[in-house]
Amino acid sequence: MNITTFIIISLIKSVAVVFVLLTAVAYSVWLERKVSARIQNRWGPTRVGPFGLLQPLADGVKFIFKEDLTQPHVYKPLYIAAPIIAVVFAITSISVIPFGNWVKVGPWGMYLQITDLNIGLLVVLGITSMGVYGVALAGWSSNSKYALLGGLRASAQMISYEVSLGLSLVGVMIMAGSLSLREIVDAQGGVFWGFIPRWNIFHGQTIAFFIYLISAYAETNRTPFDLPEAESELVAGYHTEYSAMKFAMFFMAEYANMVTVACLATLLFLGGWHGPIFGPPILQALMPVVWFCLKVFFFMFLYVWVRWTLPRFRYDQLMAFGWKFLLPLAIANIVVTALIVAWRA
Amino acid sequence: MFHLILFLFFGAICVAGAINLLVQSHPINSALSLIAVMAALAAEYLLLGAEFVAAVQVIVYAGAIMVLFLITIMLLNAGAEERTKGSRVAILLGVPGVVIGTVLVAWTLLNRSNMHSVPIGALKGDPKDIARLLFHDFLLPFEVTSVLILIAIMGAVVLASRPRAVASGLRKDAE
Repeated sequence: MNITTFIIISLIKSVAVVFVLLTAVAYSVWLERKVSARIQNRWGPTRVGPFGLLQPLADGVKFIFKEDLTQPHVYKPLYIAAPIIAVVFAITSISVIPFGNWVKVGPWGMYLQITDLNIGLLVVLGITSMGVYGVALAGWSSNSKYALLGGLRASAQMISYEVSLGLSLVGVMIMAGSLSLREIVDAQGGVFWGFIPRWNIFHGQTIAFFIYLISAYAETNRTPFDLPEAESELVAGYHTEYSAMKFAMFFMAEYANMVTVACLATLLFLGGWHGPIFGPPILQALMPVVWFCLKVFFFMFLYVWVRWTLPRFRYDQLMAFGWKFLLPLAIANIVVTALIVAWRA
Repeated sequence: MFHLILFLFFGAICVAGAINLLVQSHPINSALSLIAVMAALAAEYLLLGAEFVAAVQVIVYAGAIMVLFLITIMLLNAGAEERTKGSRVAILLGVPGVVIGTVLVAWTLLNRSNMHSVPIGALKGDPKDIARLLFHDFLLPFEVTSVLILIAIMGAVVLASRPRAVASGLRKDAE
């Protein structure tokens, strides 16, 4: 493959994946509004399209046409750069996520993934760790006390939970013996005793899964860890001074991060695209993608469910929980996993 | 060829970021330039074939350590620093010193016969290779370094908790 074909194929794949991701982001907002409405015994959006399904489009148009205020007291270069940084890193991290296995359409075949790297997992961690700058710089450059406090909280919280998040994944890496997301998923194929799938969550990494889940909620600033934008204390936290499309970019970044986290949880703990496969050949080719999407949808639903069920933590509770409970637990999980793998080998 | 162009491009970003770090008067801008330098360095490692080092460079330096820098700057609310003329001695001795040092290093590297330049993409940067080096070939130095870092952490804790200890001591004296 020469360089021109490579660039063209990569471009097509990237555009397709980003389009799907942004659609998923728009409809997770719809999902959140619908589910939260049902939890509170309301209807949620119903007016725009059937079941309010066109609401994300209407919201997008509204965000574009709203007045974009830039307060005179902000530090302009960083104030403008911050939402761009947030959304760029949130979208980039999807680039190494595999959505399914080898798919064959006629003479053409390809992996449903933009690129497979032998350090794929580390790339996702690296890109998400850069995403904190968007929030931190937004808080600082807004030059307002609520935004600054929100930005400070966000950066401290994300740094603290990144440690336990990273360590919770080490057990999975040890089990698979690889950092490539595709190989990690391949290692989870098959079943125990005929019916329990060999997913990592049922295969010794149950504790790691819950550590990952809790840390991921803190990483994406979602309830019960949404202290950077706690509306009862900080107005809207780090994005207090933002309006129109700049605000929408933070919103998109948050939901894109949620999608990435859900994809990663699916790939690392729930066996990715593995699931029962049946039916005619065309259905068999599509089933893995369907299973993958269903698992990701489950995590997105869980996000909303948790948000409207649990109250917010206090900040000292959040820090104590992260450093004094999750971190030692994650280290213990690594030691036990490593010992068992070494004993078996 | 394509690799070489990318390598030079990221090298230029690296140097430009480092110069910008010194030129900027506001600490936040300097910290951001340093992040750009770190990220460009990671790209250089990647081009040399050391993927694992590149990823760790981004996660540890650009993603974690620089966030701590940023938090500190934000917490202290450090303003723009004042410009001074600087000492004349520093300029008179420093600029020729930098030139001579650079020439010496370049000359030594180019003329030593047992040192040769590494072709781009030739380094072995596989996680497995690095794990073998760290936990097998160089296990003792690695563990000694970790003890060293532990000592540094303990030192930091002692330094951070000293004011409180001194304050409680003073309170006891007052009683």
